[in-house]
Amino acid sequence: MNRPKTMTRSRFAEGAVEWLIRASAFSAIVGLFLIFIFIGKEALPILTSPDVRKEANISKLFLPQDQAHPYSWQPVSEIPKYSILPLFVGTLKMTLVAVLFAIPLALGAALFTSEFSPGWLKEFIKPIIELLAGIPSVVLGFFALMVMASYVQELFGIVYRLNAINAGIALGLAVIPIVYTVADDALTSVPKSYREASMAMGASPWQTAWRVVFPAALPGILAACVLGFGRAIGETMIVLMASGNAAIMSWNLAKPARSLSATIAAELGEVVVGSAHYHVLFFIGISLFIFTFVLNMFAHWFVARLQKKVLGTI
Amino acid sequence: MTGQKGLQIEELSIRADGRDLLRSVSLEVRPGEILGIIGPAGSGKTTLLRCLNRLADLDEGLRISGRVFLNGASILGRDADVVGIRRKIGLVFPVPTPLPLSIFDNLAFGPRIGGITAVEELRRMMESSLKSAYLWEEVNDRLNEPAANLSGGQQQRLCLARTLMLEPEILLLDEPCSGLDPISTAQIEEALKVLRKDMAIVLVTNNVKQASRVADKTAFLLLGELVEFAPTRELFTTPRDKRTEDYITGRFG
Amino acid sequence: MIGIFFVALTALCCLIIVALVAVILGDIAWFGWGSLNLQFLLTAPQQGMTEGGIFPAIFGTVFLVLLMTIAVIPLGVMTAIYLHEYAPRKSMVIRWIRLAIENLAGVPAIVFGLFGLGFFIEFVGRGIDRIFLDGQLAFGQPAIIWAALTLALLTLPTVVVATEEALRAIPVSHREVAYSLGATRLQMVRRVVLPQAVGGILTGGILAVSRGAGEVAPILFTGAAYFLPYLPNKLNDQFMELGYHIYVLATQSPDVEKTKPILYSTVFVLLVLTFALNFTAIWIRSRIRRRLRAEK
Repeated sequence: MNRPKTMTRSRFAEGAVEWLIRASAFSAIVGLFLIFIFIGKEALPILTSPDVRKEANISKLFLPQDQAHPYSWQPVSEIPKYSILPLFVGTLKMTLVAVLFAIPLALGAALFTSEFSPGWLKEFIKPIIELLAGIPSVVLGFFALMVMASYVQELFGIVYRLNAINAGIALGLAVIPIVYTVADDALTSVPKSYREASMAMGASPWQTAWRVVFPAALPGILAACVLGFGRAIGETMIVLMASGNAAIMSWNLAKPARSLSATIAAELGEVVVGSAHYHVLFFIGISLFIFTFVLNMFAHWFVARLQKKVLGTI
Repeated sequence: MTGQKGLQIEELSIRADGRDLLRSVSLEVRPGEILGIIGPAGSGKTTLLRCLNRLADLDEGLRISGRVFLNGASILGRDADVVGIRRKIGLVFPVPTPLPLSIFDNLAFGPRIGGITAVEELRRMMESSLKSAYLWEEVNDRLNEPAANLSGGQQQRLCLARTLMLEPEILLLDEPCSGLDPISTAQIEEALKVLRKDMAIVLVTNNVKQASRVADKTAFLLLGELVEFAPTRELFTTPRDKRTEDYITGRFG
Repeated sequence: MIGIFFVALTALCCLIIVALVAVILGDIAWFGWGSLNLQFLLTAPQQGMTEGGIFPAIFGTVFLVLLMTIAVIPLGVMTAIYLHEYAPRKSMVIRWIRLAIENLAGVPAIVFGLFGLGFFIEFVGRGIDRIFLDGQLAFGQPAIIWAALTLALLTLPTVVVATEEALRAIPVSHREVAYSLGATRLQMVRRVVLPQAVGGILTGGILAVSRGAGEVAPILFTGAAYFLPYLPNKLNDQFMELGYHIYVLATQSPDVEKTKPILYSTVFVLLVLTFALNFTAIWIRSRIRRRLRAEK
């Protein structure tokens, strides 16, 4: 076959494109790395810069400061106070509400659609939950702020219209689809033979689902919970809009709360670049990053175990 | 051995996961000949073909040793021009594998990636390839239809014609008639007998009768071992090995 | 008998979730539809956002996701192609890349916002200003290009996952045919794999756009503006955006009651936009999956 002379030039172009493909493949790794470096870099002065450390350092962030108000977050007052414990408490209590609200609902729904429902019903329910996943968090935040808050306030008889319960439930709405999807995947990945064997021995559908399928899918279900937890901790807009945003050191769910993520969102816009406040916000950011990173690794590990369990050892 | 036309396989062994897929197989086929390879499933026939046109490069964990020469030049080396080898040693798969394109684009695939894009030239090549594959009459007026519209037998002949578009020196066929009706099978066998004039053909088949009908030389592979390799008539009338006799008389496999 | 009670309980979970979705969407549709008209879509906000429309926000959103798409699609598609067509299966490299993608998908949106500020604006943007513009401030500030690139990184996993699913649906035999006809790997990818993966790439792109159009946290400090009297027409302009506009209207409006109809309609528009995109993506994806099942 006679080859045109352009062959060598196209070979060169081919090499260039292939190089580009190989390089792009590392974009996710590079992206993660850059996130870590560039957020970490801005957080570092908390540990290294004497000027910044005078205003904010690790002990000021975490340890009690004065007798009257041992933990307070008042970054723009006369004497700025940067105790991030109220923010930790706020984040945790809202996350707890979200998880307690969302995980039972989502796992129940996943059990129903994977084990008990007829096919057509699953085809109906699954897209609706996917629809919920498609609602932007700012819309959920809007709904919690404008509509849900009044009902929650009335239902629980709470003084403050915006509070941790309200924000937690709204947060739960964002968590449900994640937990549902991962759990449903895990449950449906359990081989049919497990169910048949159980049914053949006279177990009812519920006994089969609860005693056989659920335990077999357990690592995947744990992954679902961990991912849901991670999402709740990092979610910003819902909490920013629905929680009242008061940095109070209190576990009372009926009081307003301020989360770590919402603090960044609310304050970074007005902060002076390079100030102690600026670096503290980046410190919060890198903490969130590392924390969710670790949660993701856990989830990944659980899923790997699930795959080994249901696929590898048969 | 250098300068010799055709394909020489010398002591070719292929191992995967500590298992022998092929054990020291030596074969040869020259232009004008059809080499039939028979043997039960799992004998290494397909592995051998995939190795010959370097498709085995895609299978991970294969360890290949031995020598294979095309017209005297080694084709197994790391530095061999794999793409060039694949164009010279065409392969037809066991099941019809039309790409999801029109008949025309399927046929033009090989030449186009080789740099031939002139429609006139492509049409000329197409006519001769399709005629060689006994398909011209059936498709010449509908080249722009999707290849998937053709029947199974037509698709397989299309795949043969598609390989012929490359004007290969060696044609490898891996059980090309396994899923086809007797009429399509006869058409392909007819095509091979004519094509033999221009190239060396290696026909892997698990249909013993097919080998006896079309092959000039026949090799019997069993569990990766070359049991017997002889002119077809000799192998089918006076097999030297008991296992060959058992296999061709249908006592096993 | 106890079993039936528990089964009913799981059914109730489904019912609650479906009801919640119905209530949220019903509420927004009911109140959002009211003050929606063509003028609302085509005019700018007036009177401190208590009147007028949301055209600049729609325009900004479209411009933003367009830029994002241009960045994320090539990157995501090439990553997927590398993972599925180039890298040796089960190799270390693949595991690392997959792990990174999985993790990237789990990084909180607000962290992307911080990254956009710290990397794109403070490092890249300032760098460009210093080196090419003699320190004149042009790129070292919030701008639509930085917001778009930040969102591109956030949506990268979406595109990679969707593209990979499409690549998996292509039969191995098609690849082998291409190789056996003398194609190089890149020729195989270009002529056999890509044409068949278009649906998956489209799905990924649409899902990414739908996600990108709804995310607010990453653009808070990277380019979104409260109000702008002009439309963005340069890469380093700031922009108005639907999601951010909702946040602003809901939390910083001078007159909440007066803004409410506008707010609802804005939410309605954003929802219609993201759902239309999602439905298209789901539809294309289900067609790909059906083909995959048919060929197995």
